[in-house]
Amino acid sequence: MAENALNQLRYLVIGGSAGSLEVILDLVTHLPALPHAVVILVVHRKKDNDSILVDLLSYRTKLPVREVEDKETISPDTIYLAPPDYHLLIERADLFSLDISEKVHFSRPSIDVTFESVAEAFGDRVIGILLSGANADGAVGMAKIRKAGGYTIVQDPATADVGYMPQQALDLTPVDSILPAAEIPGLLEKLLRIQ
Amino acid sequence: MIQDEDLNLLLSELSHRYGYDFTNYARASLKRRVNRLLAVDRFASFAELLYKVKNDPDYLPHVVEQLTVNVTEMFRDPSLFRTLREQVLPVLATHPLIRVWHAGCSTGEEVYSLAIMLEEANLLHKSLLYATDINPTVIENIRRGMFPIGNIRQYTENYLQSGGRKDFSSYYQAQYEWAKFDERLRANTIVATHNLVSDRSFNEFQLILCRNVLIYFDKELQDKALTLFDNSLEKLGFLVLGSKENLRFSPIAASYTQLENKEKVWRKMR
Ligand SMILES: C[S@@+](CC[C@H](N)C(=O)[O-])C[C@H]1O[C@@H](n2cnc3c(N)ncnc32)[C@H](O)[C@@H]1O
Repeated sequence: MAENALNQLRYLVIGGSAGSLEVILDLVTHLPALPHAVVILVVHRKKDNDSILVDLLSYRTKLPVREVEDKETISPDTIYLAPPDYHLLIERADLFSLDISEKVHFSRPSIDVTFESVAEAFGDRVIGILLSGANADGAVGMAKIRKAGGYTIVQDPATADVGYMPQQALDLTPVDSILPAAEIPGLLEKLLRIQ
Repeated sequence: MIQDEDLNLLLSELSHRYGYDFTNYARASLKRRVNRLLAVDRFASFAELLYKVKNDPDYLPHVVEQLTVNVTEMFRDPSLFRTLREQVLPVLATHPLIRVWHAGCSTGEEVYSLAIMLEEANLLHKSLLYATDINPTVIENIRRGMFPIGNIRQYTENYLQSGGRKDFSSYYQAQYEWAKFDERLRANTIVATHNLVSDRSFNEFQLILCRNVLIYFDKELQDKALTLFDNSLEKLGFLVLGSKENLRFSPIAASYTQLENKEKVWRKMR
Protein backbone atom coordinates (compact mmCIF):
# COMPACT_ATOMS: atom_id res chain seq x y z
CA MET A 1 0.00 0.00 0.00
CA ALA A 2 1.17 3.52 -0.66
CA GLU A 3 2.93 5.29 2.17
CA ASN A 4 0.30 8.00 2.61
CA ALA A 5 -2.54 5.48 2.66
CA LEU A 6 -0.74 3.67 5.47
CA ASN A 7 -0.40 6.95 7.30
CA GLN A 8 -4.16 7.30 7.47
CA LEU A 9 -4.84 3.96 9.10
CA ARG A 10 -6.00 3.65 12.68
CA TYR A 11 -4.93 0.72 14.81
CA LEU A 12 -7.35 -0.72 17.31
CA VAL A 13 -5.56 -3.04 19.75
CA ILE A 14 -7.59 -4.98 22.25
CA GLY A 15 -6.18 -7.00 25.16
CA GLY A 16 -8.25 -9.43 27.17
CA SER A 17 -7.81 -12.22 29.67
CA ALA A 18 -10.08 -14.11 32.05
CA GLY A 19 -13.69 -13.00 31.60
CA SER A 20 -13.06 -11.05 28.40
CA LEU A 21 -14.30 -13.49 25.78
CA GLU A 22 -17.95 -12.43 25.84
CA VAL A 23 -16.93 -8.78 25.76
CA ILE A 24 -14.68 -9.32 22.77
CA LEU A 25 -17.31 -11.25 20.84
CA ASP A 26 -19.83 -8.55 21.59
CA LEU A 27 -17.40 -5.80 20.66
CA VAL A 28 -16.66 -7.45 17.34
CA THR A 29 -20.35 -7.78 16.62
CA HIS A 30 -20.87 -4.10 17.28
CA LEU A 31 -17.71 -2.77 15.75
CA PRO A 32 -18.71 0.27 13.77
CA ALA A 33 -17.94 0.11 10.09
CA LEU A 34 -14.21 0.58 10.16
CA PRO A 35 -12.90 2.02 6.99
CA HIS A 36 -9.15 2.29 7.28
CA ALA A 37 -8.76 0.52 10.58
CA VAL A 38 -6.73 -2.50 11.58
CA VAL A 39 -7.97 -4.52 14.54
CA ILE A 40 -5.46 -6.50 16.58
CA LEU A 41 -6.62 -8.85 19.33
CA VAL A 42 -4.40 -10.27 22.05
CA VAL A 43 -6.27 -12.74 24.20
CA HIS A 44 -4.88 -15.07 26.83
CA ARG A 45 -6.21 -18.53 26.14
CA LYS A 46 -5.44 -22.21 26.27
CA LYS A 47 -3.44 -23.55 23.38
CA ASP A 48 -6.08 -26.16 22.53
CA ASN A 49 -8.99 -23.81 21.92
CA ASP A 50 -7.29 -21.72 19.26
CA SER A 51 -9.17 -22.25 16.04
CA ILE A 52 -12.45 -22.07 17.95
CA LEU A 53 -11.90 -18.40 18.68
CA VAL A 54 -11.33 -17.58 15.01
CA ASP A 55 -14.58 -19.36 14.21
CA LEU A 56 -16.48 -17.58 16.98
CA LEU A 57 -15.24 -14.21 15.75
CA SER A 58 -15.81 -14.90 12.06
CA TYR A 59 -19.36 -15.83 12.81
CA ARG A 60 -20.01 -12.34 14.19
CA THR A 61 -18.39 -10.08 11.64
CA LYS A 62 -18.09 -9.60 7.93
CA LEU A 63 -14.48 -8.51 8.30
CA PRO A 64 -11.92 -11.20 7.61
CA VAL A 65 -10.48 -12.71 10.82
CA ARG A 66 -6.90 -13.98 10.66
CA GLU A 67 -4.76 -15.73 13.19
CA VAL A 68 -1.43 -14.13 12.34
CA GLU A 69 1.29 -16.15 10.65
CA ASP A 70 4.92 -15.11 10.62
CA LYS A 71 5.66 -12.02 8.44
CA GLU A 72 2.04 -11.64 7.50
CA THR A 73 1.10 -8.42 5.71
CA ILE A 74 -0.97 -5.95 7.74
CA SER A 75 -4.07 -5.03 5.77
CA PRO A 76 -6.82 -2.59 6.72
CA ASP A 77 -10.36 -3.72 7.47
CA THR A 78 -9.11 -6.96 8.90
CA ILE A 79 -9.21 -8.46 12.40
CA TYR A 80 -5.95 -10.05 13.44
CA LEU A 81 -5.59 -12.43 16.33
CA ALA A 82 -2.30 -13.13 18.10
CA PRO A 83 -1.65 -16.87 17.74
CA PRO A 84 -1.45 -18.96 20.91
CA ASP A 85 2.06 -19.36 22.32
CA TYR A 86 3.66 -16.54 20.30
CA HIS A 87 4.18 -12.87 21.04
CA LEU A 88 2.85 -10.68 18.25
CA LEU A 89 5.05 -7.78 17.09
CA ILE A 90 4.95 -5.08 14.43
CA GLU A 91 7.94 -5.63 12.20
CA ARG A 92 7.26 -2.75 9.78
CA ALA A 93 4.29 -0.53 9.12
CA ASP A 94 2.89 -3.21 6.82
CA LEU A 95 4.26 -6.39 8.38
CA PHE A 96 3.72 -8.48 11.51
CA SER A 97 6.32 -10.73 13.07
CA LEU A 98 6.13 -13.41 15.74
CA ASP A 99 8.40 -14.15 18.67
CA ILE A 100 8.43 -17.20 20.90
CA SER A 101 10.66 -15.70 23.60
CA GLU A 102 10.04 -15.87 27.35
CA LYS A 103 6.53 -15.40 28.67
CA VAL A 104 5.69 -11.98 30.05
CA HIS A 105 3.32 -11.98 33.05
CA PHE A 106 3.14 -15.76 32.59
CA SER A 107 1.62 -15.07 29.21
CA ARG A 108 2.47 -15.71 25.57
CA PRO A 109 1.05 -13.89 23.74
CA SER A 110 1.53 -11.02 26.14
CA ILE A 111 -0.66 -7.94 25.86
CA ASP A 112 2.18 -5.69 27.05
CA VAL A 113 4.48 -6.92 24.31
CA THR A 114 2.03 -6.22 21.50
CA PHE A 115 0.77 -2.93 22.95
CA GLU A 116 4.32 -1.66 23.29
CA SER A 117 5.21 -2.69 19.76
CA VAL A 118 2.07 -1.11 18.32
CA ALA A 119 2.68 2.09 20.30
CA GLU A 120 6.21 2.33 18.99
CA ALA A 121 5.20 1.68 15.39
CA PHE A 122 1.99 3.69 15.14
CA GLY A 123 2.06 6.30 17.93
CA ASP A 124 -0.99 8.54 17.98
CA ARG A 125 -2.90 6.41 15.48
CA VAL A 126 -3.43 3.72 18.10
CA ILE A 127 -6.53 3.09 20.16
CA GLY A 128 -5.80 0.67 23.00
CA ILE A 129 -8.53 -1.19 24.86
CA LEU A 130 -7.87 -3.26 27.98
CA LEU A 131 -10.55 -5.65 29.20
CA SER A 132 -11.33 -8.06 32.01
CA GLY A 133 -8.60 -10.30 33.44
CA ALA A 134 -6.89 -11.73 36.49
CA ASN A 135 -3.41 -10.81 35.35
CA ALA A 136 -1.19 -7.73 35.48
CA ASP A 137 -0.51 -7.93 31.74
CA GLY A 138 -1.46 -4.90 29.65
CA ALA A 139 -0.93 -2.15 32.23
CA VAL A 140 2.54 -1.21 31.05
CA GLY A 141 1.35 -1.51 27.46
CA MET A 142 -1.49 0.93 28.10
CA ALA A 143 0.94 3.40 29.62
CA LYS A 144 3.15 3.13 26.53
CA ILE A 145 0.25 3.65 24.15
CA ARG A 146 -0.76 6.75 26.03
CA LYS A 147 2.76 8.07 26.18
CA ALA A 148 3.10 7.63 22.43
CA GLY A 149 0.00 9.76 21.92
CA GLY A 150 -2.55 7.00 21.44
CA TYR A 151 -6.05 6.87 22.90
CA THR A 152 -6.61 4.53 25.86
CA ILE A 153 -9.82 2.85 26.96
CA VAL A 154 -10.12 0.61 30.00
CA GLN A 155 -13.13 -1.53 30.79
CA ASP A 156 -14.57 -0.27 34.07
CA PRO A 157 -13.21 -2.75 36.64
CA ALA A 158 -16.42 -2.53 38.65
CA THR A 159 -18.40 -3.88 35.70
CA ALA A 160 -15.78 -6.32 34.39
CA ASP A 161 -16.08 -10.05 35.05
CA VAL A 162 -12.62 -9.94 36.63
CA GLY A 163 -11.63 -6.41 37.52
CA TYR A 164 -8.01 -7.06 38.43
CA MET A 165 -6.38 -6.47 35.05
CA PRO A 166 -8.13 -3.22 34.15
CA GLN A 167 -7.57 -2.00 37.72
CA GLN A 168 -3.83 -2.67 37.40
CA ALA A 169 -3.74 -0.41 34.37
CA LEU A 170 -5.68 2.34 36.15
CA ASP A 171 -3.31 2.13 39.11
CA LEU A 172 -0.35 2.62 36.79
CA THR A 173 -1.46 5.23 34.31
CA PRO A 174 -4.16 7.78 33.61
CA VAL A 175 -6.33 6.75 30.67
CA ASP A 176 -8.72 8.54 28.35
CA SER A 177 -11.87 6.57 29.09
CA ILE A 178 -13.13 4.12 31.69
CA LEU A 179 -16.32 2.49 30.44
CA PRO A 180 -18.62 -0.47 30.88
CA ALA A 181 -18.14 -2.85 27.96
CA ALA A 182 -21.50 -2.01 26.40
CA GLU A 183 -20.49 1.61 25.88
CA ILE A 184 -17.19 0.95 24.14
CA PRO A 185 -18.56 0.44 20.60
CA GLY A 186 -20.35 3.80 20.73
CA LEU A 187 -17.16 5.56 21.74
CA LEU A 188 -15.21 3.81 19.01
CA GLU A 189 -17.70 5.00 16.47
CA LYS A 190 -17.09 8.59 17.54
CA LEU A 191 -13.32 8.20 17.67
CA LEU A 192 -13.07 6.65 14.25
CA ARG A 193 -15.41 9.22 12.72
CA ILE A 194 -13.61 12.30 13.97
CA GLN A 195 -10.35 12.33 12.02
CA MET B 1 13.29 0.76 23.06
CA ILE B 2 16.74 0.89 21.48
CA GLN B 3 17.09 3.08 18.37
CA ASP B 4 17.80 1.71 14.91
CA GLU B 5 21.11 3.56 14.63
CA ASP B 6 22.37 2.06 17.88
CA LEU B 7 21.24 -1.39 16.86
CA ASN B 8 23.12 -1.03 13.58
CA LEU B 9 26.29 -0.09 15.43
CA LEU B 10 26.06 -3.18 17.58
CA LEU B 11 25.27 -5.45 14.64
CA SER B 12 28.15 -4.19 12.58
CA GLU B 13 30.47 -4.71 15.54
CA LEU B 14 29.28 -8.31 15.98
CA SER B 15 29.60 -8.95 12.29
CA HIS B 16 32.97 -7.35 11.55
CA ARG B 17 34.75 -8.19 14.75
CA TYR B 18 33.34 -11.65 15.42
CA GLY B 19 31.70 -12.90 12.23
CA TYR B 20 28.19 -13.19 13.71
CA ASP B 21 25.90 -11.57 11.19
CA PHE B 22 22.50 -10.62 12.63
CA THR B 23 21.80 -7.86 10.12
CA ASN B 24 19.00 -9.76 8.39
CA TYR B 25 17.25 -10.76 11.58
CA ALA B 26 13.72 -9.50 12.13
CA ARG B 27 14.13 -6.11 13.79
CA ALA B 28 11.22 -6.04 16.20
CA SER B 29 12.28 -9.06 18.19
CA LEU B 30 15.99 -8.29 17.88
CA LYS B 31 15.41 -4.92 19.52
CA ARG B 32 13.59 -6.61 22.36
CA ARG B 33 16.56 -8.93 22.81
CA VAL B 34 19.03 -6.05 23.00
CA ASN B 35 16.78 -4.26 25.48
CA ARG B 36 16.65 -7.40 27.54
CA LEU B 37 20.43 -7.73 27.45
CA LEU B 38 20.77 -4.13 28.61
CA ALA B 39 18.45 -4.87 31.53
CA VAL B 40 19.77 -8.31 32.48
CA ASP B 41 23.38 -7.12 32.61
CA ARG B 42 22.44 -3.78 34.13
CA PHE B 43 24.12 -1.54 31.60
CA ALA B 44 23.57 2.12 32.40
CA SER B 45 23.53 2.98 28.71
CA PHE B 46 23.78 1.48 25.27
CA ALA B 47 27.27 2.98 24.90
CA GLU B 48 28.46 0.82 27.78
CA LEU B 49 27.20 -2.32 26.13
CA LEU B 50 28.90 -1.38 22.89
CA TYR B 51 32.15 -0.71 24.73
CA LYS B 52 31.98 -4.10 26.41
CA VAL B 53 31.34 -5.88 23.14
CA LYS B 54 34.26 -4.10 21.49
CA ASN B 55 36.72 -4.73 24.25
CA ASP B 56 35.83 -8.02 25.85
CA PRO B 57 35.83 -11.04 23.50
CA ASP B 58 34.92 -13.30 26.44
CA TYR B 59 31.59 -11.51 26.64
CA LEU B 60 30.63 -12.56 23.11
CA PRO B 61 29.13 -16.00 23.85
CA HIS B 62 26.80 -14.38 26.32
CA VAL B 63 25.69 -11.81 23.75
CA VAL B 64 24.98 -14.49 21.16
CA GLU B 65 23.06 -16.46 23.74
CA GLN B 66 20.96 -13.46 24.73
CA LEU B 67 20.26 -12.22 21.22
CA THR B 68 18.99 -15.59 20.06
CA VAL B 69 15.83 -17.00 21.58
CA ASN B 70 16.32 -20.51 22.90
CA VAL B 71 12.83 -21.35 24.09
CA THR B 72 11.90 -24.93 23.20
CA GLU B 73 9.85 -27.89 24.41
CA MET B 74 9.64 -31.66 24.05
CA PHE B 75 6.90 -32.77 21.65
CA ARG B 76 5.90 -29.16 21.17
CA ASP B 77 2.84 -29.11 18.85
CA PRO B 78 1.83 -32.71 19.58
CA SER B 79 -0.29 -32.94 16.44
CA LEU B 80 2.81 -32.31 14.36
CA PHE B 81 4.63 -35.13 16.11
CA ARG B 82 1.63 -37.37 15.56
CA THR B 83 1.88 -36.60 11.86
CA LEU B 84 5.59 -37.42 11.87
CA ARG B 85 4.84 -40.67 13.66
CA GLU B 86 2.00 -41.72 11.41
CA GLN B 87 2.92 -40.32 8.00
CA VAL B 88 6.62 -39.54 7.84
CA LEU B 89 8.38 -42.29 9.81
CA PRO B 90 6.73 -45.09 7.79
CA VAL B 91 8.23 -43.55 4.64
CA LEU B 92 11.63 -43.08 6.24
CA ALA B 93 11.52 -46.71 7.40
CA THR B 94 12.09 -47.87 3.83
CA HIS B 95 15.59 -46.34 3.79
CA PRO B 96 18.62 -48.35 4.89
CA LEU B 97 20.00 -45.28 6.66
CA ILE B 98 17.88 -42.38 7.85
CA ARG B 99 19.54 -38.97 8.03
CA VAL B 100 17.80 -36.18 9.93
CA TRP B 101 18.87 -32.56 10.45
CA HIS B 102 17.56 -30.53 13.35
CA ALA B 103 18.58 -26.99 12.34
CA GLY B 104 18.46 -24.45 15.16
CA CYS B 105 17.74 -27.19 17.69
CA SER B 106 18.54 -25.14 20.79
CA THR B 107 18.97 -27.33 23.90
CA GLY B 108 17.82 -30.47 22.13
CA GLU B 109 14.27 -31.12 23.35
CA GLU B 110 13.07 -31.67 19.79
CA VAL B 111 16.00 -34.00 19.05
CA TYR B 112 15.21 -36.22 22.03
CA SER B 113 11.53 -36.19 21.10
CA LEU B 114 12.26 -37.48 17.64
CA ALA B 115 14.76 -40.02 18.96
CA ILE B 116 12.04 -41.40 21.23
CA MET B 117 9.66 -41.72 18.31
CA LEU B 118 12.31 -43.33 16.13
CA GLU B 119 13.05 -45.82 18.85
CA GLU B 120 9.40 -46.66 19.28
CA ALA B 121 9.20 -47.27 15.53
CA ASN B 122 12.30 -49.44 15.85
CA LEU B 123 14.24 -47.10 13.53
CA LEU B 124 16.66 -45.37 15.86
CA HIS B 125 19.43 -47.94 15.33
CA LYS B 126 19.61 -47.04 11.64
CA SER B 127 19.20 -43.27 12.04
CA LEU B 128 21.69 -40.44 12.20
CA LEU B 129 20.46 -37.22 13.81
CA TYR B 130 22.43 -34.05 13.15
CA ALA B 131 21.66 -31.47 15.81
CA THR B 132 22.97 -27.99 15.01
CA ASP B 133 22.59 -24.47 16.33
CA ILE B 134 24.40 -21.16 16.02
CA ASN B 135 24.85 -21.05 19.78
CA PRO B 136 27.59 -23.35 21.13
CA THR B 137 26.29 -23.03 24.70
CA VAL B 138 22.84 -24.50 24.10
CA ILE B 139 23.97 -27.55 22.16
CA GLU B 140 26.24 -28.55 25.05
CA ASN B 141 23.08 -29.63 26.77
CA ILE B 142 22.30 -32.23 24.13
CA ARG B 143 25.22 -34.34 25.29
CA ARG B 144 24.04 -34.03 28.87
CA GLY B 145 20.45 -34.83 27.99
CA MET B 146 19.16 -33.04 31.07
CA PHE B 147 15.95 -31.06 31.09
CA PRO B 148 14.28 -29.27 34.00
CA ILE B 149 12.09 -31.70 35.92
CA GLY B 150 9.44 -29.00 36.31
CA ASN B 151 8.68 -29.23 32.58
CA ILE B 152 8.18 -32.99 32.56
CA ARG B 153 4.49 -32.91 33.29
CA GLN B 154 3.88 -30.78 30.21
CA TYR B 155 6.19 -32.96 28.12
CA THR B 156 4.42 -36.12 29.27
CA GLU B 157 1.11 -34.61 28.25
CA ASN B 158 2.54 -33.60 24.87
CA TYR B 159 4.01 -37.07 24.39
CA LEU B 160 0.69 -38.75 25.05
CA GLN B 161 -1.15 -36.33 22.76
CA SER B 162 1.36 -37.06 20.03
CA GLY B 163 0.30 -40.69 20.13
CA GLY B 164 2.98 -42.00 22.50
CA ARG B 165 1.83 -45.13 24.31
CA LYS B 166 4.67 -45.89 26.69
CA ASP B 167 5.25 -44.77 30.22
CA PHE B 168 7.11 -41.52 29.49
CA SER B 169 9.05 -41.81 32.74
CA SER B 170 10.79 -44.90 31.38
CA TYR B 171 12.91 -42.55 29.22
CA TYR B 172 14.51 -40.53 31.99
CA GLN B 173 15.70 -40.62 35.56
CA ALA B 174 14.90 -37.89 37.99
CA GLN B 175 17.98 -36.30 39.51
CA TYR B 176 17.00 -33.49 41.84
CA GLU B 177 15.61 -30.74 39.64
CA TRP B 178 16.63 -32.47 36.41
CA ALA B 179 15.29 -35.27 34.28
CA LYS B 180 18.23 -37.06 32.74
CA PHE B 181 17.26 -38.81 29.54
CA ASP B 182 18.59 -42.22 28.62
CA GLU B 183 21.96 -42.05 26.86
CA ARG B 184 20.97 -44.56 24.23
CA LEU B 185 18.61 -41.90 22.82
CA ARG B 186 21.51 -39.75 21.73
CA ALA B 187 23.88 -42.51 20.66
CA ASN B 188 23.22 -41.68 17.00
CA THR B 189 23.16 -37.92 17.37
CA ILE B 190 25.91 -35.70 16.01
CA VAL B 191 26.08 -32.29 17.65
CA ALA B 192 27.73 -29.31 15.97
CA THR B 193 27.52 -25.56 15.66
CA HIS B 194 26.14 -24.42 12.32
CA ASN B 195 25.13 -20.89 11.38
CA LEU B 196 22.29 -20.76 8.87
CA VAL B 197 23.44 -17.29 7.81
CA SER B 198 26.99 -18.16 6.83
CA ASP B 199 27.55 -21.94 6.79
CA ARG B 200 26.88 -24.28 3.91
CA SER B 201 25.03 -27.45 3.27
CA PHE B 202 27.02 -30.37 4.74
CA ASN B 203 25.04 -33.50 3.90
CA GLU B 204 21.89 -34.88 2.28
CA PHE B 205 18.93 -35.66 4.47
CA GLN B 206 15.54 -37.33 4.23
CA LEU B 207 14.11 -35.16 6.97
CA ILE B 208 14.97 -31.59 7.99
CA LEU B 209 13.31 -29.85 10.92
CA CYS B 210 13.75 -26.13 11.41
CA ARG B 211 11.03 -24.84 13.68
CA ASN B 212 10.70 -21.37 15.16
CA VAL B 213 14.03 -20.22 13.80
CA LEU B 214 12.85 -18.57 10.57
CA ILE B 215 10.51 -16.28 12.53
CA TYR B 216 13.67 -14.48 13.66
CA PHE B 217 14.82 -13.83 10.09
CA ASP B 218 13.63 -11.26 7.57
CA LYS B 219 12.23 -12.56 4.29
CA GLU B 220 15.52 -12.36 2.47
CA LEU B 221 17.31 -14.45 5.05
CA GLN B 222 14.39 -16.86 5.27
CA ASP B 223 14.66 -17.48 1.54
CA LYS B 224 18.37 -18.05 1.86
CA ALA B 225 17.91 -20.59 4.66
CA LEU B 226 15.12 -22.35 2.78
CA THR B 227 17.36 -22.63 -0.28
CA LEU B 228 20.04 -24.13 1.94
CA PHE B 229 17.52 -26.71 3.16
CA ASP B 230 16.45 -27.42 -0.39
CA ASN B 231 20.06 -28.11 -1.30
CA SER B 232 20.37 -30.43 1.67
CA LEU B 233 17.22 -32.45 1.15
CA GLU B 234 16.87 -35.58 -0.97
CA LYS B 235 14.11 -35.77 -3.51
CA LEU B 236 10.94 -36.94 -1.72
CA GLY B 237 12.46 -35.83 1.57
CA PHE B 238 10.48 -33.93 4.20
CA LEU B 239 10.91 -30.38 5.48
CA VAL B 240 9.26 -29.40 8.76
CA LEU B 241 8.75 -25.77 9.85
CA GLY B 242 7.24 -24.13 12.94
CA SER B 243 3.49 -23.94 13.43
CA LYS B 244 3.23 -20.33 12.17
CA GLU B 245 5.93 -20.51 9.49
CA ASN B 246 5.39 -21.14 5.82
CA LEU B 247 7.39 -21.67 2.66
CA ARG B 248 4.50 -20.61 0.46
CA PHE B 249 6.05 -17.36 -0.77
CA SER B 250 9.64 -18.61 -1.00
CA PRO B 251 11.63 -19.44 -4.14
CA ILE B 252 11.57 -23.16 -3.30
CA ALA B 253 7.78 -23.37 -2.94
CA ALA B 254 7.16 -24.71 -6.43
CA SER B 255 9.08 -27.92 -5.72
CA TYR B 256 7.22 -28.73 -2.51
CA THR B 257 3.81 -30.08 -1.53
CA GLN B 258 2.39 -29.64 1.93
CA LEU B 259 0.86 -32.68 3.61
CA GLU B 260 -2.88 -32.79 3.28
CA ASN B 261 -3.64 -32.39 6.96
CA LYS B 262 -2.06 -28.90 6.81
CA GLU B 263 0.58 -29.61 9.43
CA LYS B 264 3.74 -27.69 8.59
CA VAL B 265 5.34 -30.61 6.77
CA TRP B 266 6.34 -30.31 3.12
CA ARG B 267 7.56 -32.99 0.75
CA LYS B 268 10.13 -32.26 -1.91
CA MET B 269 8.60 -33.40 -5.17
CA ARG B 270 11.43 -32.51 -7.54
C1 LIG C 1 13.13 -20.63 19.48
S1 LIG C 1 14.50 -21.72 19.29
C2 LIG C 1 13.75 -23.09 18.47
C3 LIG C 1 14.19 -24.42 18.99
C4 LIG C 1 13.55 -25.64 18.34
N1 LIG C 1 13.81 -25.69 16.92
C5 LIG C 1 12.06 -25.65 18.61
O1 LIG C 1 11.28 -25.34 17.72
O2 LIG C 1 11.66 -25.99 19.72
C6 LIG C 1 15.46 -20.89 18.03
C7 LIG C 1 16.89 -21.43 17.89
O3 LIG C 1 17.45 -20.96 16.67
C8 LIG C 1 18.80 -20.73 16.86
N2 LIG C 1 19.33 -19.83 15.81
C9 LIG C 1 19.13 -18.49 15.70
N3 LIG C 1 19.81 -18.01 14.65
C10 LIG C 1 20.42 -19.07 14.07
C11 LIG C 1 21.29 -19.22 12.94
N4 LIG C 1 21.64 -18.16 12.20
N5 LIG C 1 21.75 -20.44 12.64
C12 LIG C 1 21.40 -21.52 13.38
N6 LIG C 1 20.61 -21.44 14.47
C13 LIG C 1 20.13 -20.24 14.81
C14 LIG C 1 18.86 -20.13 18.26
O4 LIG C 1 20.15 -20.23 18.82
C15 LIG C 1 17.81 -20.97 19.00
O5 LIG C 1 18.38 -22.05 19.65
